[in-house]
Amino acid sequence: MQKVYLDNAATTRMHDEVLAAMQPYLTNVYGNPSSIHSFGREARKAVEEAREKTAAALGGEPREIIFTSGATEANNVAIRGVARALQQKGRHIITTAVEHHAVLDACKALEAEGFKVTVLPVDAYGMVSPRDVADAITDETILVSVMLANNEVGTVMPVAEIGKICRERGVVFHTDAVQAIGVLPVNVDDLQVDLLSLSAHKFHGPKGVGALYVRKGTKLKVFSFGGAQERKLRPGTENVAGIVGLGKAIELAVTDMEAKVSRIKAMRDKLMTGLLSIPHTRLNGHPEKRLPGYVNISFQYVEGESMILSLDLKGIAVSSGSACTSGSLDPSHVLMAMGLDHQTAHGSLRLTLSAYNTEEEIDYVLSVMPEIVARLRAMSPVYPGKD
Amino acid sequence: MYSEKVMDHFMNPRNVGEIENADGIGEVGNMKCGDIMRIYLKVSDQEVIEDIKFRTFGCGAAIATSSAITEMVKGKTLAEAWEISNKQVAEELGGLPESKMHCSNLAADALKRAIEDYRSRKAQQEA
Repeated sequence: MQKVYLDNAATTRMHDEVLAAMQPYLTNVYGNPSSIHSFGREARKAVEEAREKTAAALGGEPREIIFTSGATEANNVAIRGVARALQQKGRHIITTAVEHHAVLDACKALEAEGFKVTVLPVDAYGMVSPRDVADAITDETILVSVMLANNEVGTVMPVAEIGKICRERGVVFHTDAVQAIGVLPVNVDDLQVDLLSLSAHKFHGPKGVGALYVRKGTKLKVFSFGGAQERKLRPGTENVAGIVGLGKAIELAVTDMEAKVSRIKAMRDKLMTGLLSIPHTRLNGHPEKRLPGYVNISFQYVEGESMILSLDLKGIAVSSGSACTSGSLDPSHVLMAMGLDHQTAHGSLRLTLSAYNTEEEIDYVLSVMPEIVARLRAMSPVYPGKD
Repeated sequence: MYSEKVMDHFMNPRNVGEIENADGIGEVGNMKCGDIMRIYLKVSDQEVIEDIKFRTFGCGAAIATSSAITEMVKGKTLAEAWEISNKQVAEELGGLPESKMHCSNLAADALKRAIEDYRSRKAQQEA
C-alpha cells in the first residue's frame, strides 16, 4: 500500500545527512564535553560547532544559544526563567489564546503562583493584533510570549511588529518559533525577539533536542539544578549527538529555503484547492499569512478522528483538532479561540507537508478523500442530504 | 489503538440508515463532545426488534459501538435489549481504549431512548 505522510507539523523525517553527522557521536566520539581530556575536547568541539551553526541560522551569537531537550523545555526555561528573574519588577505576563500548551500551561502554572496572565484573543484567522498587545502592556508587564506561527492552522503572527512594541516599552519578548524554522525567514534581530524556542525534529533533525535563543542581557533565573552546562540554564551532560544533529539540520533547513518553500507551496495549493472542491468544506487559518506546508480544513457533518482512521487505512497520515485527538473532551483550543462552532472544530483535518512529499502523493490523497467524506456523511445524523 | 473488531464495524458498519415510520427513535450525545447517535426501531406486536438502523456522527468508537449494538439486539425482545449496557457493547467489540469508554460508548443509551420513545408512543396510542 502507498504510504503518505502529511503530519509534518507533528514531526518530520530526519534528513540522511543529519543522521550521518550524528553517527560518530553515538559511537566513536563518546567523551563528555565537560571533560578536559582529548575525548571530552572532541565532544565539546562538536557541541560548539553546532552552537555556531544554530546562531548563524538565527542571526544571533553562539553564546546566545542554549541547547535543551526540545521546545517544551525551551519554552519553560524562557517563561519561568523570566518570571522568576523579573518578579521584583512586576508580575504580569501577556500571551495569546492559540499558543502551544507548553507556553499556555507554563503561564497557567505561574498564574497559580500569583502572577497575572493576560491571554489575548485572536481573530477568525487565528491572528493576534499587535495593538491588543500594546494595549495590554502595563507597568507591571515583564514578559510577552507570542508564537511565530501557529502549529494547528499555520497562521503567521505579526511577531516583528509585536517585537518592536515590546522593545519600545522595555518588555522582554519571547517567541515559540517551532513551526517556522526552514520555512520562514527567522532572524532574531528582524523579529526583535529576546527569546526564541525551537525543536530539531520539526525541521528534519532528531527528536529530543531543541534550543532557546537568549539575547545577551536577558535575565533568566535558573530553576533546574546540577552542573554548569548551558550557562547553568540547562544543567546536565549535553545530548552531544542530538545537538550535532540539530546543528546540521538547521544548517540544511536554511539552505536553499526559497526553492524548497516554493515547491512545498505548489503542492500545498494543489492539495488545498482539491480538498476545498469537496462540498461543505472551509479553510481554517489565514488564507495568505500561513506557513507554506499547512492545510487545515473543516469537513462539515463528519468528525475528525473518523476521517483520520479512514485515511490511515489508505496509508495516509494526518491529524485533526477534534476532541478525540486533542486528548481532552474539548476540540482544539486554537480552533475554539478562532470562534469555530463545535461541529466545525470536530470536523477539522490538518495536513502538513514537507520537502519529502511529492505531487503524486497529493494526487493520491485527492483521489481517495471525496469517497471517505461521502461515506462518513452518509452515516451522519446531522448531514442534511445529497450535495 | 482500536481492536480489529472495532475497525471492522467502523469500516463495514451494519444497519446504517433510517427506518421510515419507525416505531421508536432515540438520540444521545451532543455536538460539544463530538458524538451524536440516533437509533431507529421497528418493533413487532410481540415487542421483538424486527429492524434496527442507526446514524452516527463521531469517532471510530462511536460508529463501531452503534453498529455493534444493532447486531446484538436485532431479533431480541425489547425487555432483552433493555438489559444491554454500554460496557457489554464495548466487550462485544473486544474492548475500547480507556479514553473512549465514557465519551463515545453511548450506543446502549441511544437504544434505551429509542425503546422509551416506542413505549411512550404506545402509551399515547392506548390512552
